[in-house]
Parts: sequence; structure tokens; C-alpha cells
Amino acid sequence: MVSAVSIVDVVKHFGALQALVGVSLDIAEGEFFGLLGPNGAGKTTLISTLAGLVRADSGHLSVLGNDVVRDYRKARSLLGVVPQELVFDPFFSVRETLRIQSGYFGLRHNDDWIDEILENLDLAGKADVNMRRLSGGMKRRVLVAQALVHKPPVIVLDEPTAGVDVELRQGLWQFVRRLNGEGHTIILTTHYLEEAEALCGRIALMKQGRIIALDTTANLMAAHPGGSLEDVFVRTMNQ
Amino acid sequence: MIGFWTLFYKELLRFWKVAFQTVGAPVLTALLYLLIFGHVLDEHVQVHGVRYTSFLIPGLVMMQVLQNAFANSSSSLIQAKITGSIVFVLLPPIPYGAFFAAYVLASVARGLMVGLGVLVATLWFAELRMAAPLWVLAFAVLGAAILGALGMIAGLWSEKFDQLAAFQNFLIMPLTMLSGVFYSIHSLPAFWQGVSHYNPVFYMIDGFRYGFFGVSDVAPEASLAVVVACFAAVSLLTLNLLRRGWKLRA
Ligand SMILES: Nc1ncnc2c1ncn2[C@@H]1O[C@H](COP(=O)(O)OP(=O)(O)OP(=O)(O)O)[C@@H](O)[C@H]1O
Ligand SMILES: [Mg+2]
Repeated sequence: MVSAVSIVDVVKHFGALQALVGVSLDIAEGEFFGLLGPNGAGKTTLISTLAGLVRADSGHLSVLGNDVVRDYRKARSLLGVVPQELVFDPFFSVRETLRIQSGYFGLRHNDDWIDEILENLDLAGKADVNMRRLSGGMKRRVLVAQALVHKPPVIVLDEPTAGVDVELRQGLWQFVRRLNGEGHTIILTTHYLEEAEALCGRIALMKQGRIIALDTTANLMAAHPGGSLEDVFVRTMNQ
Repeated sequence: MIGFWTLFYKELLRFWKVAFQTVGAPVLTALLYLLIFGHVLDEHVQVHGVRYTSFLIPGLVMMQVLQNAFANSSSSLIQAKITGSIVFVLLPPIPYGAFFAAYVLASVARGLMVGLGVLVATLWFAELRMAAPLWVLAFAVLGAAILGALGMIAGLWSEKFDQLAAFQNFLIMPLTMLSGVFYSIHSLPAFWQGVSHYNPVFYMIDGFRYGFFGVSDVAPEASLAVVVACFAAVSLLTLNLLRRGWKLRA
């Protein structure tokens, strides 16, 4: 069976800094996968090489068997990425933003799905509001919505809940769980370890550009009996 | 194809939503030039056997076409890069050729819109005939496309607004101002006439003006050849930079 995401020996330098030091990782279709690690561990860099925003110095990455360099169009059409930075285009309303994003992925007449996303992210009331007039948390929800317009089979969320209120967080996780239940592969980075513990079936811990632990959430927890994922995290990082 | 149309449409909306600044303001600027230079020089100067005001109008129109085409693609790219919203067009599977075409055509659209606005506004000041409208259109479209592509290069290269401003002030402005917008190069000393022939913008304006008066400094076919060659060269360079993701994909 082909992996949702396959990463083989990926190396990336930024000048003298080694951001990724030979990372290899395989994520199966339908997984809910957690990518954890301290600030600067290389999580966003790894996601960016997968999305084609950053070019790896060496190594290979593919999405559902499509190489992100050679078959970049296919690979990108199968991937939905929620970027970590809170970015938005101030010229447009929420609905315009989502229609335009659909168009970039080759989709016209996407309003039914757009409405469903807006409903699920509690944005329906803001559909015609300009992006500039949204609060930070609402802008973050629009970023999530933008990543989902083309119903990508592989969804990558880079800290989607930073700055988002409790209610939406729960709404968001319900929605993402549903998508996962429908077969979408989910890759999540977060600094809220309880979230990762509750949601992710498998977790990779990154440190200084390397994966230093990779196992099912249950196995990771079992190695440190009685502790939370936070304890596991702290002990692994300090080893 | 839908990706291209969407990006093109987005780029049109981007300037159209602020048309007061992106179309209205340049039309006003051109009118001010016309009022001042036309008023001062109209009585005294004739070029190619036409009154100075009439001579000046096509040059002003073309100058605004070119500068606004450049401004459109360059400001769009630098804004998207600085705010980070560039990711929205980098994540989808848009081929680099479509990316190029969308930005350049939107620049052409803005350039032509401004040019038309200047032309219509100046009709009150001087009567203007068009000896060969197809030449007018050909030079306007090609000139705007070249500057639109140059704007892409400048927008890709710049990391800050002041770098873009430097590109604009030290390259684009001198090239357009010293291209014969305000004078016929035959009125220049021989040395500067020679130098002007190395300025591609000179051929754009000279050919454009030919379309109005049927006279020009250089044969319009020769100007067209130069302009087409410039367009090909700038396009190839831009496409190559986009294919490599130069300054877009780290
Ligand atoms: N474009 C870039 N240029 C130079 N260095 C970079 C660039 N992007 C990331 N880095 C560096 O690479 C390293 C990894 O950064 P990355 O953003 O991948 O970390 P992260 O795990 O996502 O951290 P966080 O939890 O803070 O988001 C850091 O040291 C960072 O400074
Ligand atoms: Mg990060």
C-alpha cells in the first residue's frame, strides 16, 4: 500500500544552520499523526519541504506516491496545509478568499463545500466580512478553511489552535476528527500536548532537526508509566 | 486553466478595488504634466510639425501605461511576500507559466486602463487623431507586458519596499523619462541621440507615437522588432526565475 506521506533522508541547511538532519518518516493513509518538538526543532521546515515551499538539499518526499519535486502539481493538489504564520490577503472577504483559493486548485462552483466548511468552523456569520476586520482567532479559522477548500486527502495543520478560543478548538477538533474518520490523513503540530495525546494515534518527537522518538501514542506513554504526554516529552528531550 | 483565470481575476480585483489610487491618481498626474508643460511650451514649440501639447499627449499616455504596468506586478508580489500571503499561491498546483501569464496580463490590463483614462481626459486639451490605431494598440500592449514582466522580476528580487523603490527610481523612472516622452530625440545632441537608441523604452514610445501622427524618429517596423525582442528576452528570464522558484521557495 502506498503511504500518505513518505519522507526519505531529507536534509536542509539554512546557511550554516542544519534545520533538517536526515529525516525519514512514513505516514500511512488514514493516520492522525502528531509532529511534536520544541521551538526551532524543524517541524515547520519539514512541513514546508513537503508542501514545496522549501526545497530540500537532498532526500525525497512524496504525497500518496507523488514526488513533491517531479510530480509537484499532483502532490500539491493532494495536500492541504494550514500555515503556522497568521497570514491573510487584506483585499478580500472571507467568501472571496475561499472562492479564490478553490480556483487556484482548479475548482469552480465550490460554494456548497465552502458553506459547509464555514458552518463547521463557525464562520458562517462572517462570510462577507473583509479579512482585515476579523479577530486573530477568526483569521486562523479562515486559514484552516483555505487549506480544506479542495478536500485534500492529506491535511497538515501547523499549530492550528494557537490563539484560538476553547469553543472553537473543540469545534475544530470535532471537524478534523470527522475528516479523519472519512479517510483523510491528518498531520498535526501543536505545543498543546494534551491535544496531541487525545487526538494522535502516532507521534514523532523532533529535536534539532532530527526525529528522536517515533511510536504510537500508547507505546510512548507506556514507556513512562503514570505520566502524561508532557512528562514523556520532557524526559525524551532531556535524554 | 482555472488556476490561471482565478489568479488573473484576483490580480484584476486587487487593483480594481482601489481604482481611485491605481487608475485615478496616475490619470491626474498625467493631466498635471500636460497642463504645466503644455501651458509653458505650447506657443513656442512644434515637434514633427504638430503643436507641443498634441505631441506630448501620446508620450504621457505611454509613460503612464508603462509605469503602472510595472507598479502592478511589482507591488502585488512584494506585498504578498512581505505579508506572507504569497503562500496562498505557492501551495496550489499552479504551473509557473500560468503564474507568469496571470501577473503580466493583469499588469497589461491596468496599464491600458490608465492609458485610456489619460487619453480620454486629455481630449479636452487638444484634438488628437490616430493615424494608425493598430500600431497604437500593439505598442501599448507589448510595452505594458514588458514592464509587467520587469515588475515581476523586481518584485521577486526585492525583499523590502525600499529595494523595490530603488529599482523603480533608479531604473524604471530614468528609462521612461529619458525615452522621448517630452521631446523628439532629434532635438538632442548627437551623443545623447546615440545613447537613446540603447533605451528600449525609446522604441516603445516612438512606435506608439507613430500610431498617432504617422511620423516617428525610427521606422515603426524597426521599433516593433526591438520591442518584440525585448519582450521575448524579459519573458524568458522571468519564466526561468519562476521555474526555479527564485526567492520564492527557500
Ligand atoms: N527561511 C529560513 N531561513 C533561515 N533559517 C530558517 C528559516 N526557516 C527556519 N529556519 C531555522 O530553522 C530552524 C527550524 O525552524 P522551524 O520553523 O522548522 O522550527 P519549528 O519546529 O517549526 O519551531 P516552532 O515550534 O517555533 O514553530 C530554526 O532554527 C529556524 O531559525
Ligand atoms: Mg513551526
